[in-house]
Amino acid sequence: MLRDLTFGQYYPTTSFVHKLDPRTKLLLLIAYITAVFVAGNFYGLAASLLFLLIAVAFSAVPLWSVLKSVKSILFLVLFTFLLNLFFYAKKEGDTTLFWVITKEGLISALFLASRLILLVMGSSVLTLTTTPVSLTDGIESLLKPLSYIKFPVHELALIMSIALRFIPTLAEETDRIIRAQKARGGDFDSGNVFKRLKALIPILIPLLVGAFRRADELGNAMDARCYSGSKNRTKYKKLKFTFRDLIAALFTAALIAGVILLNNGAI
Amino acid sequence: MQIVAEKLNFVYNKKTKFSVKALDEVSLTIEEGDFFGIIGHTGSGKSTFIQHLNALVPVQEGILKVGEYDLSSTAKKDKKALKKLRSKVGMVFQYPEYQLFEDTVFKDVAFGYSNFFPEATKEEKSKAVCEALRLVGLDPEEYAERSPFELSGGQKRRVAIAGVIVTRPEILVLDEPVAGLDPKGKRELMKLLHLLHEKECKTIIIVSHDMDEVAENCNKVAVFSEGKIVRMGTPKDVFSDAEEIKRLRLDMPLTGYLGQTLRENGFSFDFDLTEEDFIKKLQEIKRG
Ligand SMILES: Nc1ncnc2c1ncn2[C@@H]1O[C@H](COP(=O)(O)OP(=O)(O)OP(=O)(O)O)[C@@H](O)[C@H]1O
Ligand SMILES: [Mg+2]
Repeated sequence: MLRDLTFGQYYPTTSFVHKLDPRTKLLLLIAYITAVFVAGNFYGLAASLLFLLIAVAFSAVPLWSVLKSVKSILFLVLFTFLLNLFFYAKKEGDTTLFWVITKEGLISALFLASRLILLVMGSSVLTLTTTPVSLTDGIESLLKPLSYIKFPVHELALIMSIALRFIPTLAEETDRIIRAQKARGGDFDSGNVFKRLKALIPILIPLLVGAFRRADELGNAMDARCYSGSKNRTKYKKLKFTFRDLIAALFTAALIAGVILLNNGAI
Repeated sequence: MQIVAEKLNFVYNKKTKFSVKALDEVSLTIEEGDFFGIIGHTGSGKSTFIQHLNALVPVQEGILKVGEYDLSSTAKKDKKALKKLRSKVGMVFQYPEYQLFEDTVFKDVAFGYSNFFPEATKEEKSKAVCEALRLVGLDPEEYAERSPFELSGGQKRRVAIAGVIVTRPEILVLDEPVAGLDPKGKRELMKLLHLLHEKECKTIIIVSHDMDEVAENCNKVAVFSEGKIVRMGTPKDVFSDAEEIKRLRLDMPLTGYLGQTLRENGFSFDFDLTEEDFIKKLQEIKRG
C-alpha cells in the first residue's frame, strides 16, 4: 500500500553508521557521489561498490532494503540505458554488434546505468540510517554559513522538516480517502487516461482540504507556543563530531584516492 | 444478509520488520437484523475487521461470507460482484466528513449512486439523493445546493452518511460514528441509526468507544483485544464481569456501574443495561 514509500524510510536500529553525525554522513555522501562521477572506468565503480557494501555492512541494514530503493527508479535506469545504447555516437574503429548497437555503446550504456544505481543506493544508505529530523538538523548546520548573507537557513530547514514530518501522515490520509471512496463505488484503476485522471478528483480534493486544515492547525499550535523563527533558538540535541566520524572520513578519503588512482591506471 | 467469519487472520506489512498482527483467528456470525456493536481498546483490530466486510481489506487467511458473497482467501475475485457487494454493504469511515469533495451536497451524495447505478435516470438519482438526505435529517430543499464545506461538523457527517445510504445498503457499517460530536449531536445520530435500522438497513454494525452507546443500542456485542475476540454476547453478558472489562482496558456503561453499586448494597438488580430497563427495575424496587 501507500505506506511503504521506501524513499526516506528510516530503518530503526543501532549501528556504526546510524551513530555517525548526520553532517558527516551528508558530507561523505557528497564525497561518494563525487567518486562515482569521477570514476572513469569500471574499476572505479567497483571500488565505489565495495565502499558502499562495506558501509551497508556497518549499518546493520539488510542489503535488500538498499536494493529496494533501486526499484523505484528502475524505469529511469532502463530509459538511460536504452537511450545510451541506441544513440551512442559511433566512432572510428568501433565494433558493431548488430544494427546501430556497438560494443562501445553497450559498455557506455552499462556504465551510466551502473553509475545511476550506485548513486541511488548510496543516497538510500543515508536515508535508511538517518532519521529525517537529524537529517534536517545536519543540513541546517551545514548551511549555517549562508545565514551571514541573509539566506533563511533556519526557515528552510523548518519547511523541510515539516514537509518530511507530514509525508507519512498524508500517505496514510490518502490511503484512507481512497478506501472511503472505493467503499462508495469509486473506481480508480480502470478506463482510459482521462477517465483515470478524473477519478482522482474525489481523492485530491479531500486531501488538499485536509492538508490546508492541518497547515492551519499547525500554524496555530506554533503561534500558541510563541514560535518566532530562528532568533535566539537553542537546540535540544546538539550535533557533535566524534572519533567515529574521523574514521568514516578517512575511509572515504581512501575511496576517493583509490578511484583517482584507478582512473589513471596506477593500480 | 448474514455475515459469517471463520478464523480470519490478518497481518499488516507481512514479511517485513514492521509486521503487525491485526486479526488473530477471528470467528463470528452477525445475523440479519442485528444491531451489532464492536468494542475494544485502541489498536485491537476493530477497523481492520470491519474493512474486510466489503473487501476493502482482502482476506489473507480464513473464511468470510457476506450473504451470498464469498470473500474467503480461496474464493476467486470477481470485479462486478465486488461492486455489487459494496453497494449492499455501506461503510461509513471514522470522520467521514473528511471524504467530502464535491461543490454541492447533492453532487457529493450522488457520487456513490452514480458509481453503483450508472444506468439510472436523472429522476431516479435525484429521488434517491433527496430521500437519503431526508433520512439523515437534512431538508433537501435547504441543503442540496449548498457547499458541503460550509456546513457544521455534525451536518457534514450527516451528508457523508447520506452519501453511503443513498444506495440502500442492506448492511451499514460505521466506524466510531459519534466520535467528536457534542452530546446532543451524539444522541441525534444514534436516533438516526435506530431509524435507519427500522426503515432501511436491515443490519447495523458500529465500532464504538462509548460503552453507554453500545449498551443502550446494540443487541449483540463483540469485544476485541489484541486482534482476538475475547467476549461476545448481549451487552448484559459482556458487561457482567466488571473486573474483566477493566482488564481489557474498557469502561463499564454508566447503567452497569449503577447496577453494580446497587447490587453491592444489597439490592437484587438484574437488568438489560438499557436506561429504560434500569428505570423499570428501579420503579419495581420502589414499589417494593
Ligand atoms: N495500514 C496499516 N499499516 C500497518 N499497520 C496498521 C495499519 N492499519 C492498522 N495497523 C495496525 O494494526 C493494528 C490494528 O489496527 P486497527 O486500526 O484495526 O485498530 P482499531 O481497533 O480500529 O483501533 P482504534 O480504536 O484506535 O481505531 C494496530 O496495531 C495498528 O497499528
Ligand atoms: Mg479504528
